[in-house]
Amino acid sequence: MSSTVAATGTRHGTLGTSASRPDGVAKVQGGFAFSSDMWADNMLWGATLRSPHPYARIISIDVSGAYAIDGVTTVITASDVPGKLTYGLIVQDQPVFAAIGDTVRYSGEPIAAVAADHPETCQRALAAIKVTYEVLTPVTNPEDCISGIAEQIHPDGNIFRHQRIISGDTSIVGAIQVEGTYEIGMQDQAFLGLESALAVPDSGGVGLEMYVATQWLHEDRKQIADCLNIPEENIRLVLGGVGGAFGAREDISLQVHTALLAMKSGRPVRISYGREESFYGHVHRHPAKIWMKHHADTNGKIVKIEARMVFDGGAYCSTSPAVLVNGITHTQGPYKCDNAIVDGWAIRTNNPPCGAMRGFGVVQACFAHESQMEKLAAAVGISPVDIRLLNAMETGDRMITGQIMDSVAPVAQCIRETDAIPMPPPMSSTADLRTIPGGTGLTAQPSNIKRGVGWGVSIKNLMYSEGFDDYSTARCRISDGVVSIKFATSEVGQGFTMLAQQIARTVLGVDDVFLDTIDTQVGSAGSTSASRQTWMSGGAVQAACRAALEQLFDHIATKNSMNRSELEIDRTDIVDRLTGQRVAVLAAIQGVDIDCTEEYHHPATEDMDENGQGNCHVAYAFVAHRAVVDVDPELGLVKVVQIATAQDVGRVLNPLSAMGQVEGGIAQGLGLAVMEEIIVKDGKVSNPSFTDYLLPTFLDAPVVEMVFIEEHEPKSPLGAKGIGEPPCISVTPAIANAIRQAIGKELPRVPIRPYDICL
Amino acid sequence: MPVLIPRSVDELVEVFQEHPAAKLLAGGTDYMVEVNLHGRKPEIMISLRQVKELSEWSMRASQSRITIGAGVPYADMEHGEIARLVPALAQAARTVGSPQIRAAGTLGGNLGTCSPAGDSLPVLAALDATIHVIGPEGTRDIEFADFMVGVKRNSLQPSEFVHSVSLPIIAGWQGYAKVGTRNAMVISTASACLVRDSDEGIVTIALGSVGPTIIRAHSAEAWLMKSASLRAGATLDPSVAEEFGRQVALESRPIDDHRSTAEYRRHAVGVLAQRLLTRSFS
Repeated sequence: MSSTVAATGTRHGTLGTSASRPDGVAKVQGGFAFSSDMWADNMLWGATLRSPHPYARIISIDVSGAYAIDGVTTVITASDVPGKLTYGLIVQDQPVFAAIGDTVRYSGEPIAAVAADHPETCQRALAAIKVTYEVLTPVTNPEDCISGIAEQIHPDGNIFRHQRIISGDTSIVGAIQVEGTYEIGMQDQAFLGLESALAVPDSGGVGLEMYVATQWLHEDRKQIADCLNIPEENIRLVLGGVGGAFGAREDISLQVHTALLAMKSGRPVRISYGREESFYGHVHRHPAKIWMKHHADTNGKIVKIEARMVFDGGAYCSTSPAVLVNGITHTQGPYKCDNAIVDGWAIRTNNPPCGAMRGFGVVQACFAHESQMEKLAAAVGISPVDIRLLNAMETGDRMITGQIMDSVAPVAQCIRETDAIPMPPPMSSTADLRTIPGGTGLTAQPSNIKRGVGWGVSIKNLMYSEGFDDYSTARCRISDGVVSIKFATSEVGQGFTMLAQQIARTVLGVDDVFLDTIDTQVGSAGSTSASRQTWMSGGAVQAACRAALEQLFDHIATKNSMNRSELEIDRTDIVDRLTGQRVAVLAAIQGVDIDCTEEYHHPATEDMDENGQGNCHVAYAFVAHRAVVDVDPELGLVKVVQIATAQDVGRVLNPLSAMGQVEGGIAQGLGLAVMEEIIVKDGKVSNPSFTDYLLPTFLDAPVVEMVFIEEHEPKSPLGAKGIGEPPCISVTPAIANAIRQAIGKELPRVPIRPYDICL
Repeated sequence: MPVLIPRSVDELVEVFQEHPAAKLLAGGTDYMVEVNLHGRKPEIMISLRQVKELSEWSMRASQSRITIGAGVPYADMEHGEIARLVPALAQAARTVGSPQIRAAGTLGGNLGTCSPAGDSLPVLAALDATIHVIGPEGTRDIEFADFMVGVKRNSLQPSEFVHSVSLPIIAGWQGYAKVGTRNAMVISTASACLVRDSDEGIVTIALGSVGPTIIRAHSAEAWLMKSASLRAGATLDPSVAEEFGRQVALESRPIDDHRSTAEYRRHAVGVLAQRLLTRSFS
């Protein structure tokens, strides 16, 4: 039956069409219930007390003042945690609450939570809790942790992971060498739908139901159950409406606090963060410092890469070890390279905790290697396009980890197709001043502006790595003439609910597909991360639908005396290929009762050894970006005019959604290139608001010209690769390279600030 | 919390005199952020929305002056007659926040908050605006230069409020420019308004976000008057514009903060001065 998907053509709503999202109209019209819209009878509001200090010992906590306030029902601190006192995705090192005698390790660390009858009452209660601190000097420089001169700020030490990669002949020296030290600032995911959860305890006090905006329901449930010391099956987690994620909802934020308050008060409790608290409540993209040295022969062929990467993980581990491995294993970028020495560090400091964000370590590595490629092109004396084509990776190449590239790898095609996209027209001398650098500020005339062109090409691993079996589960039921699909896949805005319907319509030949509630009443789907859900949960939904179809064929062959082995779906009919006999699927499914649950597992991966050797990643996707940028060299202001991109997607399953992922990723990568940064000084965030943490507006967004390269990936169940992360990765160095080209400065750091350009 | 809703200027004078601690609320684009984000807890508020007179503007052709009510929203200054008469104000208004903010925010709000980053304030300073205020003692006019006295401090007395702003209609050129790290909807890191009265042969320039108050670059203005003809039909030597920018930058008093550096702000405001002056001759 493997031809089922391919055979259906383009019936609207099936794979390959711009099927509309089941949640689309409600979101546009404002009717969609986000997790912060949820409400329960008799509900209390919760709020969190956080440390103002990045590093301090807690001497005492006095909550009596909070209880004295009318309307306050519950106050909890570390001593109220019945189970595990810490949580975390890889290492459980983050306290639910910082305890008396222990230290707070970042500014914003939770110390207590309250539940009360009104959010305002909560704020008064928080103000009435007295905490005395012994303020300590924060450790904020990762290099001090590597050298060992910094105080150890956690019993586990200050180093989350140190991993090197040694590949090939490290004694080789290139005739041409280029090097640089690059710095990437701390970016925030800045989703619009703020953290929110509603916990509803059961009447017997043994369990609870929680509605939460998260990326992975089952992982959340495990961590909540451990901290509450109740069995996982006593918790039902339901996906609350999610307004974006980008990695910031992988870690626990308010889940355990909300659950504890609900269990202790015996009433439903909702916590919803505001924007400022959100900046303290979730992990960010790792700031990183990367040194790279490329060795090449006189033609520009890379012969060796040396690199050192330092990722500042902040106070707690989160996914730092995995982010580090993603960074170092992508050192070479989408280029052939036999020999390498890479040294990678993920470090604990008293800075804000960092973890997953779209691109997951590869963004940092890519900014360094693509800055290097531009330098290498200049040193060799060939164009940025030619240097990349000369070194472009191909399927079958051995990577610096020893892993053989066995994904479709159309790197050269990505570059050529991007190069073939027409350049934008030159700036008109009568251009609307709002469309040139400075925008509505009217700071420049066209004559003040210089234009630059820059390139960025990237490779991104798909799915989880290093031996992790991040499988996905889906259930397909056909009952009383209705097809329904159930999964625990977090729909965070990426459109999986729409894709699941497309798959079911395609496989089963039906038009109406009912989507069951997204909750933990079915097996895990893994995280909506790592560009993996289309491949993994898409694979699971397809497998479940195919299993159901087999049973339907059994049933209909018997019932209608058709040739069982000759049945196939043709649009909305079941057809006997031998006799041509047809039965409409809609008729065939009446009166049947089929229920199939399937898991999809990707091929196994393995840990890397001490030299960074091992088949640690599942698959890869590639993309090229060319940026055309206008720069005001005197004021340092930038307008990205056009991004041209050709992306290796395997197969486009929904053209409109694919376009949305590309445009959105480019906006996010543009943000990192020229404006988005959490500014941390002495461990404290100085811009926790959208007034000062700037995101690109419509006027900052470039024209995007995109091409999709559709070479079906044989390893992928739908032939498609994940497309979520690649758009945001190489666009950042492409823009940086364009600015460099326009003004002739090195600009080793992103985001590039106006004063970096003009002073 | 009581909210008082006067329906005329007389009623407003009365209730504000009765409740001098009350907070005045027009668009609320500054104050509601204080309430929602920074925990300010007003005891009593006076809504200005129903005081129609504050939302009116008028032109007295005989005196070549336009008077704009404190409650006129920025959206009304961006286009139309006000924009034609005071183009620099229209340009400044366009840089205020988002369309939603511009539909709510008012000149009176900018003057009430008196932030050095207030987008309309350099325009009022460069045009030597007169602020018409009303209080228990009656009405009085305050020159802009005397109105803003420090960071978020103005010379309003208790129970006094801004009624309107009077601006001259200038023959010549005027323009506003604002530097921010984003191409729209951004707080200014440096801004400037330049007015060239080509009848009188005078250039004035006022700077925003580069000091505790809006700064008029008086020395640079005086130097320019001596160094170039500013009347209609004159031409400008580029080196004069350059020197003018340098001198304007020297008069700024910027600080380092998380939005930018003092060095960049001083540099940027000099570039803006040079470019605005050049634009005024093109």
